[in-house]
Amino acid sequence: MAALDVIVIGAGPAGMAAATEAASHGLRVQVLDEQPAPGGQIYRAIESGRPPSDADADVLGADYWAGRKHADAFRAAQLDYTPGATVWTVAKSPLAVGYLKDGKAVLRSTRRLIIATGAYERPVPIPGWTLPGIMTAGGAQVLLKADGSIPKGRVILAGSGPLLMLVAGQLMKAGADIRGYLETTTKQAYLAAATKLPGALLAGGLLAKGLKMHGEISKSGIPVHRGVSGLKAIGTDRFEAIRFNLGGSEQEIAGDVLLLHEGIVPNVQLTRSLDLAHEWVDNQRYWKPTSGPWGETSAEGILIAGDGAGIDGAEAASASGHLVGLQVATQLGALSADERDRAAEPHLAARKRQQRIRPLLDQLYAPPAETICPSDPQTIVCRCEEVDVAEIRECVRTGSEGPNQLKAFSRCGMGPCQGRMCGLTVAEVMAKELGRSVEEVGYYRIRSPIKPLPLSALAALEADEDVTPA
Amino acid sequence: MRAVTLSFDGREIAAIEGDTVAAAVLRAGAVSTRQSPVSGAPRAPYCMMGVCFECLMEIDGMPNQQACMIQVRDGMSVRSQSRPDQSSQPSEAARGRA
Repeated sequence: MAALDVIVIGAGPAGMAAATEAASHGLRVQVLDEQPAPGGQIYRAIESGRPPSDADADVLGADYWAGRKHADAFRAAQLDYTPGATVWTVAKSPLAVGYLKDGKAVLRSTRRLIIATGAYERPVPIPGWTLPGIMTAGGAQVLLKADGSIPKGRVILAGSGPLLMLVAGQLMKAGADIRGYLETTTKQAYLAAATKLPGALLAGGLLAKGLKMHGEISKSGIPVHRGVSGLKAIGTDRFEAIRFNLGGSEQEIAGDVLLLHEGIVPNVQLTRSLDLAHEWVDNQRYWKPTSGPWGETSAEGILIAGDGAGIDGAEAASASGHLVGLQVATQLGALSADERDRAAEPHLAARKRQQRIRPLLDQLYAPPAETICPSDPQTIVCRCEEVDVAEIRECVRTGSEGPNQLKAFSRCGMGPCQGRMCGLTVAEVMAKELGRSVEEVGYYRIRSPIKPLPLSALAALEADEDVTPA
Repeated sequence: MRAVTLSFDGREIAAIEGDTVAAAVLRAGAVSTRQSPVSGAPRAPYCMMGVCFECLMEIDGMPNQQACMIQVRDGMSVRSQSRPDQSSQPSEAARGRA
């Protein structure tokens, strides 16, 4: 018999809500999270709340500070919260989770597992993107939230999506020296997205917020270029300038820091390592684990909550966390189906409201063709092993038929990030070269440990009685 | 908020308790924090959330630590990572390129 009823992996909006909900029905819950404090990436450092020293506290905005109430509810819940815990393995039968905390490896069994590992920014493979001085827009936002840091020097933002706008606005308020806002969204995308406006209008104030951010950037005095393509980072030992195409002419802006962003994608590392069923989301070009209305995955006892099940945003993630928590409580006999359904109503409504803007966002901010499948042969795809587009194409020509075979041909995807940065791009480049769909080409098989684990820690593994270390 | 001092490549840098090592090093003006083990090209933190492994640094003697996931401690010694000496590395063939 497992010592725990539920292990929740991740303490972002979905994980906090799922754990709080499950614990409120008397279940024994442990929450494992890699960060030192609750909030995930969206509400990173929500409790320490350190505003940038030379800027006012409203830099991060009300949507960020709304995370406080979620963290407060989570802190008040009767559960075992383990921050600073890195999950390195998950096993299906018996259901168990291995994690590393303070250099010590632990293997814990559980009756149910809730995966709430969220999303990360879609890698934006442009020529030169490995140069120092280039980071993701979300990375810059983490620095702002957790460390109160503003990027040094001349900052350029490039790409598309709500987060790019949000970060631009936050950096503006914080006093960063922004020299350019380059949006890859095309005029055609804006026109096509207009057909989704009626639904988006039903999403409460979400559309108005987006339009306000859009307007603030346009009026800010920052050079804004919309509809750019062919982004190329220039520099030898560090980023020096961004080159791009605008209406047929090539332009260049010099800078010290380039922040890239083209939306976020589910983090499938754990669900892939568990070999769960996944499905391809064609317009957003990402994989998501197949899940039911209550977060059930293809494996019994394993549920998924939040953006890891498909991108819907933080408030929807919180709602989905509650729904998954209710489902687990029902499965383990703490609630009847009727009680679950009644308790689920407000969360279902909240999630539905948030989801109404998604068709608009997905259409407007579909990743550009160049991000999905870079055409420049010298563009690095696998940052860890420095495998570029040309090498992947060459491997296809010499017989490599999929991402897993490509590993043996080129070491692509075998570096420390284990394919997190190249998995989507590799499949797109191979699919194009092979004349097949990405679904046919597939994704990397992900194996444990999904994060590095010192051998000494493994040797001293502390495991629950009913789980034998693999 | 408590001030802490750590060293980066032998140079003393100031940080605040709660900062990640990657943030402290970047704020102190570091541009490149490691060399790619393949070509030796300069690299720096990219995602700041534990996904990309670009921020790998040597922290208190332990190589390959994710500096964006580790918080600063007073007296911590942080070093950037260079590409290992190629003469002692396995050949291309041994690395699986054959």
